[in-house]
Amino acid sequence: MHPEREAKLHDYVQLMGFAPGGWGRDMLAATGLTVAIAACGFLTSVLLGALGAAALLSHLSILRAAGRLYTTVLRGIPDLLVIYLFYFGSSQLLALLSGGSGGFVGAPSFLTGVLAIGVVAGAYQAQIFRGAVQALSRGEIEAARAYGMSPVTLFRRIVLPQAVRHAIPGSGNIWQLVLKESALISVIGLVELMRQAQIGAGSTRQPFSFFLTAAALYLVITFLSGIAFRSLEARATRGIRKAV
Amino acid sequence: MAERIPEPVPAVALSGIRKSYGSVEVLHGVSLAAHEGEVISILGSSGSGKSTLLRCVNMLEVPNDGTVAIQGEEIRIDRRAGRPPRPSDAAQVQRLRSRAAMVFQSFNLWSHLTILENIIEAPVHVQGRDRKDCIAEGEALLERVGIAAKRNFYPAHLSGGQQQRAAIARALAMHPAIMLFDEPTSALDPELVGEVLKVMRDLAAEGRTMLVVTHEMAFARDVSTRTVFLHKGVIEEEGSSADVFARPHSERFRQFLARA
Repeated sequence: MHPEREAKLHDYVQLMGFAPGGWGRDMLAATGLTVAIAACGFLTSVLLGALGAAALLSHLSILRAAGRLYTTVLRGIPDLLVIYLFYFGSSQLLALLSGGSGGFVGAPSFLTGVLAIGVVAGAYQAQIFRGAVQALSRGEIEAARAYGMSPVTLFRRIVLPQAVRHAIPGSGNIWQLVLKESALISVIGLVELMRQAQIGAGSTRQPFSFFLTAAALYLVITFLSGIAFRSLEARATRGIRKAV
Repeated sequence: MAERIPEPVPAVALSGIRKSYGSVEVLHGVSLAAHEGEVISILGSSGSGKSTLLRCVNMLEVPNDGTVAIQGEEIRIDRRAGRPPRPSDAAQVQRLRSRAAMVFQSFNLWSHLTILENIIEAPVHVQGRDRKDCIAEGEALLERVGIAAKRNFYPAHLSGGQQQRAAIARALAMHPAIMLFDEPTSALDPELVGEVLKVMRDLAAEGRTMLVVTHEMAFARDVSTRTVFLHKGVIEEEGSSADVFARPHSERFRQFLARA
């Protein structure tokens, strides 16, 4: 290898290494926080999405309207704006609760960040789950009723397993979105991967090393989780005729 | 001279069934009883109400008037004015439904379950029977309908005829008092009809009680004990299959036979 290139590579390994002066430990910790935000945000979105889909499919028009309001509004405004609203909204709420001394009370940024991301992604999940339930065969539902299943048994044994199967591909996309949106949380001061890369870039004046490393780490996460979702999908779609 | 024995309780008794959709009445007071061991074919052109009548037996359609009794137990129906009729006791309907197992035109096997899982699903999760027993019985039933080798396949990997035979095994696994067939061969390719009809003939031969909505004239004439011809929501012709095919009384049934 060309000596100059070798020296550069050596510098990079030093920079991202785990020895004193290296940024490796910080970058890995930030990656862990990114995965934690994304995972909690995704779980929140699954819960809210299930509630949203139940509302959208409800017999009660008021619940349907509430579901439509949720999915329309949250899908219609920029995610960054939602994050600010959550952050400053909860700060004001905390200030109010703490007696209203007028000072700024910092809201817990992990919690508000996770909630903001979860609420936005939940609006997309709600539509995915609604579609998944509506894709069920009427005839299979009818057969379940004709064979004496109660509504609870029918949901647990027939509707849920099939809806999950239909929802996995769409939900996998939401996971990727949530992972990338976790970068937006950097604006409220949480040192996740994006923020950590900015900090490193700023203090060492080597932006490319940090941002490219961050990009590589994001790709590793999406690649690994992509494998996980595909194997889930393969498990869940047994029984669907494959194009042979 | 045989001693007079009391009239046995019919497996299914429909009495004065009326069913309307909006302002259109499709069944105008139909009465029909199926006794144990009877195989009744219900014929009629499309729109005659024959499928609706069959679906009233297990309350997939709830009649606006008239009564349905399964093995003498009448299904209670809530018919308060101003809303569609519905069964007043969901638990009763669920219990009675599992005694009247239905076979559908489009099979309606549960696509996320294997063939064997389809067969044990309702016996285990509705009737609460022992899973091991149900599996052993399910395998025997699949053997019987000739698709034992397919027990771990999913419905989508079977031909229509195999799916319908699996659906018949699913019905048999319920130990039903009566089997309801809703045009079981109408969705099949012509070359697959025979294998399903053969299974049905065998069931009839062993004395199963069956109510069969069908377009298969040969099945109605040769296999069923009784034939009912429905026209515009009214029974136009009814009698032993041998009689009605040899000497139809109704002009409309004669026309129907001539067209078939």
